[in-house]
Amino acid sequence: MPAISFQAVSKSYASPRGPAGSTFLALDNVQFDIEEGEFFGLLGPNGAGKTTLISILAGLTRATSGRVMVQACDVQADYAQARRKLGIVPQELVFDPFFNVREALRFQSGYFGIRNNDDWIDELLTSLGLADKAGANMRQLSGGMKRRMLVAQALVHKPPVIVLDEPTAGVDVELRQTLWQFISKLNKQGHTVLLTTHYLEEAEALCGRIAMLKTGRVVALDRTSDLLKAASGNVLRFKTTGTLPPALAARARITGSVVQLPANSALEIEQYLAAVRESGLIVEDVEMRKADLEDVFIDIMNRSSAQQSAGVNA
Amino acid sequence: MSGWQTLFYKEVLRFWKVGFQTVAAPVLTAMMYLLIFGHVLEDHVKVYETVRYTAFLIPGLVMMSVLQNAFANSSSSLIQSKIMGNLVFLLLTPLSHWSWFVAYVGSSIVRGLVVGAGVLLVAVWFAPLTFAAPLWIVVFAILGAALMGAMGLIAGLWAEKFDQLAAFQNFVIMPMTFLSGVFYSIGSLPAFWQTASHLNPFFYMIDGFRYGFFGVSDASPWLSLGIVGSALSVVSLIAMHLLRTGYKIRS
Repeated sequence: MPAISFQAVSKSYASPRGPAGSTFLALDNVQFDIEEGEFFGLLGPNGAGKTTLISILAGLTRATSGRVMVQACDVQADYAQARRKLGIVPQELVFDPFFNVREALRFQSGYFGIRNNDDWIDELLTSLGLADKAGANMRQLSGGMKRRMLVAQALVHKPPVIVLDEPTAGVDVELRQTLWQFISKLNKQGHTVLLTTHYLEEAEALCGRIAMLKTGRVVALDRTSDLLKAASGNVLRFKTTGTLPPALAARARITGSVVQLPANSALEIEQYLAAVRESGLIVEDVEMRKADLEDVFIDIMNRSSAQQSAGVNA
Repeated sequence: MSGWQTLFYKEVLRFWKVGFQTVAAPVLTAMMYLLIFGHVLEDHVKVYETVRYTAFLIPGLVMMSVLQNAFANSSSSLIQSKIMGNLVFLLLTPLSHWSWFVAYVGSSIVRGLVVGAGVLLVAVWFAPLTFAAPLWIVVFAILGAALMGAMGLIAGLWAEKFDQLAAFQNFVIMPMTFLSGVFYSIGSLPAFWQTASHLNPFFYMIDGFRYGFFGVSDASPWLSLGIVGSALSVVSLIAMHLLRTGYKIRS
């Protein structure tokens, strides 16, 4: 029995632009299973449909067609059971300003019918570094604390399946480490984890399997190690302050002055350097490294764009 | 506590924590009405032979406070949670639409009754009151508060902004309350407005409530009970339907 099963899930919205009655397809026949105990990553650029998919899983949005099961419970027909099994950390930094940290966690426990949950609440607060904030009003918490509070609220009922929608946005490095240690511990204890994140190094380090979404479709689904193996090529990395020639810019991953290009052969490297020389750029700190998940991600996203535009032309 | 009990308790605690604004303020407002209208109209308006005007006014003001605060409780709680985004914490739980309904309407009844009791406590200083049929007082207070709590639930689900809610309050709730005989007996109105008032469910809530104090009223308390009960059933069914389908809270 899979922990989560997405079965031919599609979601269309009324298109805000375009002629009346036209629809926008946010999810297109998404189909995959996440097994018990997995640490699973759901990646994709903004607008790919990750949050829509999680909203359908959470019961916040209804699928136009297809269905979603959590440990064999349909999230619509059997919503009460499905939601007991799910702990969802929402992406938006929301809180209830009327209550303090402990009150909010007690209420959240009560909604799930759990009384006298203080032992677990204390453990959550300690694990998430919020123990000294138990009596603080939600308004007094910093952004990072509110984010961790969302994690605590999602876990009050000890759900077997944990869903984290961009949990580390706006959280500093140290707190991110605390959070991942805690989530990894829960995963080792048998909790299934579904994670969406824009920090691909986190996904690479944590997730056993990864699905990539683009414009509502699954464009990659594999073990993280196999995804990395498939992109076994190397990367040429250098610094430059000038503007790259367009042919190179299209393939490059550019972070400030750092340029990274996929380089699978000596010939390719030579061609890059020749193009750079011709354009008169000054290049520093040239080095080679192994491809990481971000390279794989960019490569898959570019390839699926190429396929889509080829499909349109055909 | 079970799920609905927790939500009910949370909703009660929510208004109680800001009691100065949710309880003390409406009591003060009602006291101002009583002071000014009671003083100015005491010798000019005669409603029932045996009842002083100020005494007549008190049950109307108490019920008006009950109704307005019951409405304000569920509607403002929902719109705040929607705008703040923290409604998601409820949406992610296994709470059924029954639980939502009972908790939101129940807490609205509590707020209505607390404010009503506060107004009554202050009002007894202004005029001696009789309690001819106390059971009617309790029944109409609870049914009226439930009806308004359920209306507030609908308005809170429907409204996307605070000003939409304010419009609902100013253009629907306020006129219906003021045209319901809070300040006068509808027997003193011209024929047309008397007929119009008989179509206003608020009239029956206040008239029935007042019957409990004086044992006299414009309509039979049983008729009022029937109408208020029916209105409550219809509004509750609508509210439950909206909750079940996730109207404007689940897409």
